[in-house]
This record gives sequence, C-alpha cells and structure tokens, in this order.
Amino acid sequence: MTGGQPPGAGLPGSGLPGNDPRTRTSAGPAAAERHPVPPPSELELSRRAWRRARGRRSTVVALASTLLFAAVAYLVVTRAPGWPRVRTTFFSPTVAVEHLPEILVGLWLNLQVLVVGGVLVLVVGLLVALARTVRGPAFAPLRILATTYVDLFRGVPLIIVLYLVGFGLPALRLQGVPTSPFVLGTVAVVLTYGAYVAEVFRAGIESVHPSQRAAARSLGLSYRQSMRIVVLPQALRTVTPPLLNDFVALQKDVGLISVLGAVDAVRSAQIAVGQTFNFTPYVVAGLLFVLLAVPSARLADAVTARARRRQQAGGLL
Amino acid sequence: MVKVFGGVAVLRGVDLPVGEHSVVALIGGSGSGKSTLLRCASLLETVDDGQVLLDGEDVTDPRVDADQVRRRLGVVFQAYNLFPHLSVLDNVTLAPTVVHGRPKAEAVDEARTLLTRIGLADKAGEYPDRLSGGQQQRVAIARALAVRPRVLLLDEVTSALDPELVGEVLALVREVAAQGMTILMATHEMGFARQVADTVAFLSDGVVLESGPPAQVLGDPVQPRTRRFLSRVIDAGRL
Repeated sequence: MTGGQPPGAGLPGSGLPGNDPRTRTSAGPAAAERHPVPPPSELELSRRAWRRARGRRSTVVALASTLLFAAVAYLVVTRAPGWPRVRTTFFSPTVAVEHLPEILVGLWLNLQVLVVGGVLVLVVGLLVALARTVRGPAFAPLRILATTYVDLFRGVPLIIVLYLVGFGLPALRLQGVPTSPFVLGTVAVVLTYGAYVAEVFRAGIESVHPSQRAAARSLGLSYRQSMRIVVLPQALRTVTPPLLNDFVALQKDVGLISVLGAVDAVRSAQIAVGQTFNFTPYVVAGLLFVLLAVPSARLADAVTARARRRQQAGGLL
Repeated sequence: MVKVFGGVAVLRGVDLPVGEHSVVALIGGSGSGKSTLLRCASLLETVDDGQVLLDGEDVTDPRVDADQVRRRLGVVFQAYNLFPHLSVLDNVTLAPTVVHGRPKAEAVDEARTLLTRIGLADKAGEYPDRLSGGQQQRVAIARALAVRPRVLLLDEVTSALDPELVGEVLALVREVAAQGMTILMATHEMGFARQVADTVAFLSDGVVLESGPPAQVLGDPVQPRTRRFLSRVIDAGRL
C-alpha cells in the first residue's frame, strides 16, 4: 500500500455511478421466461431417444419381474399341502360377510380413539417439545420432567403402557378416575405417542437455523414471540411429513386398546373368531386397518414430495 | 469491550465511539473480530468485560432488559435472514406491529413507503425466495429501518451477493447514511467505506489498531499491519 492507488478506481463494490437500484432489472426467476425455448439439437434429440428406450426397457423388466414374483408366490402358497384348510379358516367369504357389520361397528370406536388421540398427541407433543427446548435455569425442573417423560414413554412398549394405565389406574379406586376402556385406552396411546411426537417437534424446532432466531431477536422480539412467530411456523412445515408418518402408525396401534376389553374392530373380530372357530374375521379387521392407512400413507407421500420440491427450489435459506 | 470464545480472546479491549449521524466502517481480515463486535453491540452475544453504551446507557448491564435495547437497534446480516414463511410486507411490518404495538394499517402504510423507497413496492406480496439476493438484502435493510432504530448495524451486508448485485445494496446504504442515520458497519468494500464512512476503524487481532478519517486510514495508514492488509486487498483487486 503506497497511497498512490487511485481511490476506488474500478472496484466492483463502489456503487457504480448512475446505477440506480430502482431502474435496474435484477436477474429474478422471471428473467428466463422472456426468451423462447430454442429447438432441441440433434445431440439432445438422440439423448431423449436413448432415455425413452431405456425407460421402456425398465418398465418391461419391472412388469416381468412383478408377474414372475406373483406367479411364484401364488404357486408356492396354493400348492402347499395345508392350503385348502387355510383357505377355509382364513379366507372364507361367507364368514367375512356375516361378521363384517360388527367389525365395522368396532372400527368406529378405533376411529374415535384415533381422532381424539391424534389431536391430544399433537398438543402433548408440542408442549413437551417446547418444555425441552426452553432455556434458563428457572425452567430446569420443567426440562428434566419433559426429558424423563420422553425417555420413559419412548422406551416402554405400548402394550405395557395400556396394561398399566388400563388396569392400574382404575385399581387405585380414586374419585374421578375414569374406568371406561375407551378413555383409558386413549390416555395410554396419547402417553406413548406424545413422547414420539415431542421428539419430532423438537427436531423440527432445532432444524430452524439459528440465524432466524438472531434476526427475530435483533428486531426486539422476545424469546416467546420469536418462537411463536418465526421458529414454530417454519418448524411445523418441516415436521409435517414425519408427523403424518406417525399418524399412520397410530392408526393401527389404536387397535391395541382391545386388550383393555374395549369392543373395537380387533376385539369384535376376536369375539367372532371365538364363535365360529374361523380366523377370517381377523383378516377382515386387518384389511379394514389397511384401507384406513392407505389414504394417510399416500397423503404423507404427497406432502413429503411437495416439501422436497420446495426445498430444491432453494428458497428455504 | 472484551469477548472470549472458548478461552480465545476474540476482542481484547475495543474502544470505539460512534457519534450520532456518523458512519463508522469496520475493516479487517476474517477472524479479526468485526462480526463479533457487531454481535456484541446488538446484544446477540454477551460481552465478557467492558461496556456497550447506547445514548449513554450501559446496555451490557445484566439488569437492563435486552429486548428493550434491541428495539432501538436495526441489524442487517450477511445472509439477509429474512423470514422465509412471511411475505416481504409481513417481514417489514412484523417488528413494528408485534414489538412496537403500532396499528397494523399504519405499519403497512409505512412499510409500503419504505418498499417504494427501495424500489420493491411491487414485490410486497412476494415471498423472499422469489427475490434475488440484492433484493432480499434491500428488504432486510427496510425491515431494520421499519423500527426507526437509533443505530443501524450492518454486518458485511454485500459479502453474500453477486458482484452485479452489490451496487444496488450499497446505493441504498449510501442513501440511508445521507439521511442522517447512525451506522456501524463491517465491510470488505474499501471503496465504499472511503466514500460513505466518516470514520474507518481497522480491526486486527481483537483490537482497533488504527482509526480515523477514511482518507487517512485507507490512503496513508500509520500501522504496518494496516498497510499489509490494504496491500493484500489491492492485490485481490478489491480497492
């Protein structure tokens, strides 16, 4: 540095004179749309032809292998020595039709637990996640409580929680403790799934970049305001796909409340099996749960795909 | 002011007055402590010794409500840090309505005026990811100005931008400075610092090695280390 350098000569950032930001068009996403797309070259056309050919070949291979697998599976099962017996005990159309109504009535109970439980799981999960992320020494007991709850109920199998809540709570014979298997089953399901969902929410909250908090706090927003207005909305977007995945899991696990004696789809099927000595009602109940899960699974896929597309657009900081 | 990270003193005693309506530019290599100084000044970091005085009040006093202090500051970050889930207009009106409790209609009017000033009135309803980097940074400056801050803290606001977008952001900063805003900025744009700043402070190894009018510090520095830094900047074609 000698001082002989002309001040600010030709440097890129000196704000070129006359370069008024208001009259400039900046290279936005719209810039490319003004030009017509040129016709593809020979090279590109040959590439496309190759890709198409390859695509056709993969489709043929996929189709052939699927058919082959299905044929082998069909032959193995139907050639099995016990198949005629299995068909009548597990896949009897008459038994299925006969017991479908009561299994459907039972499924209605599962649906009620699913809806009430699902909403409560979201509330419990969010509150526990917030309790785990809150800072400051005054909140230490809250954090410890929330962490203990998550560790405990993520570790214990749902069926054990169901037994403990379903039979243990009423056994205390305290005033006001509900005895209905519906309520107790819902409580047990919410306890277990609340712990899982709390972790999903926490991961979502922590996935929001710290610079977002810095920006929010630098504007004068308090911890709670920046959480509510800036962090949580972004976190919820991120966690929607995994939450839907947990919802699919919850859909089948609500069938476990049958162990408390609630007459749900599984319990109705069990009663029917007891009457007919035929296992078809279990298969019917199973298929009904699958039918219930498929739309949610597809919805989860769609939401995940949408989130990925949005992220690939590169907008989410 | 002193700031220690994991046993390393990043700032080792910085004393830097920023007069009202003046523009102070912090220059120095990476790791010299420019960003840390700004983060301490905006109370995003707590200082380990010393004071930050705002209008004569020691805002580093733990008894002071930091949220109250931050309301009087405007901070603009290198990576813009706009809120991606809010529209441009909502980004700008958020603090005035939520923090300062101004009526929504009034805040929206003011935000539209600001957006017109930065030439982005037609983008009010867009989300930040539809904007170019330069446009996002201009919105970030508007967001900081919307709270009518006493001081504007700019942390290398053009470092993340393509060279062709740097100009539009610097033009806006220049305009804001000309209107009398007090500004403390970290920058690598030496030519800009020379034109706009009243004082340039060269930060090295956590101390202000020398500070003074830009012509003196950038044109004829006293300290050998400032000379070395500037000659490297010139070699890189940045001055």
